[in-house]
Amino acid sequence: MPAIIKTEDLSHVYSEGTPFCKTAVGGVNLSIEEGEMVGVIGHTGSGKSTLIQHFNGLLKPTTGKIYIDGQDIWANKQDIRSVRFKVGLVFQYPEYQLFEETVYKDIAFGPKNMGLSEEEIDERVHSAIRFVGLKESVLEKSPFDLSGGQKRRVAIAGVIAMDPKVLILDEPTAGLDPKGRDLILNQIMAYHEEKKNTVLLVSHSMEDIAKFATKVLVMNNAAVFTYDTVEAVFSRVEELNDMGLSTPQITRVFYELHKQGLPVSDKIFTVKAAREELLKRLQKGGGGC
Amino acid sequence: MLKDITIGQFFPGQSPVHKLDPRIKIILTLAYIVMLFMTGNAFGFLIPIVFLIVLYLIAHIPLKMILKSMKPIVPIIIITAVLNLFFVDGDPLWSWGIFTITKNGVAMSIMMAVRILCLIAGTSLLTYTTSPIALTDGIERLLSPLKKIHFPAHELAMMMTIALRFIPTLIEETDKIMSAQKARGADMETGGLIQRAKALVPILIPLFISAFRRAEELALAMECRCYHGGEGRTRMKQLHLSLRDAVASLVVAACIAGIVCINIFVTVGNF
Repeated sequence: MPAIIKTEDLSHVYSEGTPFCKTAVGGVNLSIEEGEMVGVIGHTGSGKSTLIQHFNGLLKPTTGKIYIDGQDIWANKQDIRSVRFKVGLVFQYPEYQLFEETVYKDIAFGPKNMGLSEEEIDERVHSAIRFVGLKESVLEKSPFDLSGGQKRRVAIAGVIAMDPKVLILDEPTAGLDPKGRDLILNQIMAYHEEKKNTVLLVSHSMEDIAKFATKVLVMNNAAVFTYDTVEAVFSRVEELNDMGLSTPQITRVFYELHKQGLPVSDKIFTVKAAREELLKRLQKGGGGC
Repeated sequence: MLKDITIGQFFPGQSPVHKLDPRIKIILTLAYIVMLFMTGNAFGFLIPIVFLIVLYLIAHIPLKMILKSMKPIVPIIIITAVLNLFFVDGDPLWSWGIFTITKNGVAMSIMMAVRILCLIAGTSLLTYTTSPIALTDGIERLLSPLKKIHFPAHELAMMMTIALRFIPTLIEETDKIMSAQKARGADMETGGLIQRAKALVPILIPLFISAFRRAEELALAMECRCYHGGEGRTRMKQLHLSLRDAVASLVVAACIAGIVCINIFVTVGNF
């Protein structure tokens, strides 16, 4: 499959030449294929947010190149806006960017900036609100009258309405209750499955990553530590622990059980897989676990 | 980017300039301004210029930073210089129609440019080397004699502290909102004046909402910690004058005396 996002030796240095000078990302070589659901993990300050802001041209790399869909996005500076329509970025706490009088107008902001026709915008707004699981009746309300979770979904809809080829979400579930979290993640999953587009999901929840992602990108100390499948990444328990990251709870349980000599696999990443593994062991009749 | 604004930014350091008492620093900055406007002689300007260069060297502020903070005031300097160039009477050097350039005019415009540059660089040094907290603390203490006539010195200082404290936060917030709206294709760089003003709406509305939210949260947090104004409030860090402050004051006094002498005794290069 062709790479939709490719970086070559990408580095970004903040406030160069001042006492606050800091390398936020250094020497990133990455190639993300189309249609992947990528989980991005890394502790606070590891450079995740800086890296993802390069993918849609909000930050310009200090050195290195970024290719979206095979095109060097900084080859033509005038074209940078079109990159932003191709790569939709949902920031942390996106509800703070809402500003219009009605939800409809706010979701329409992106498509309007793309220069689409009224009918096209209308269609996009309605399909976006459906994707995030809100009722059509919300469209005429003021975004400031909605609940926190609803506001967030409206904000995500505002980016989805641009129909980007790549959707990047920076901690879309931060500060939500468990129900709101599952709701948003399931909607994003459904969207990904229907559109077959590439999704990057920054999250601190290893459980969510294991449940939804196909690949995992691990950032550590301003560099990419690894970019691999969920299985490959979460098998490196010790290394992740050393970085201050963890593995899904269920993985840790099975890892310890395995270490204690019980006949279970130590490569279990979701509760569902754990259940299957246990049932399999029980049917075999051995073990007594 | 907004982050590049450096006027009023604080550069942490351990230099003697950093360690001066903020009250003394504020007073000396005012004295420096007076010094600049007292100088009426080309040679006299050497004193404030050398004084400033030495202080910047002691404070270890990089030259790049100083130049950066000068950038926004370049238009003001140019306008002042040009105005002085054409509107000062004296022996004409060159004239064309109603425009006349005089010898005095050239001297005046150079002097004004130097004066403004020194003024900005001198006052910037105060904010470069004094943390906002120390600065407002100093202002409060300097204004405290006015409390006798019911001047709200503490409240004013608290407001200043909060305002200063929130400048970087609001700048960061603005940057974030700008990025978020840019990610949705907002175009802030092109278009006419009206279009650009309209492009600010998606930034200003969320910014105001978040500023009000923050203000409310801060007020609540302060009340939770029993804040009730300045009365009976003590401080963790007391300001103490030291030998360093006395030396600094003496140096400034000597500079002013030097300028007065030059004004009186040097006759070459007077204006």
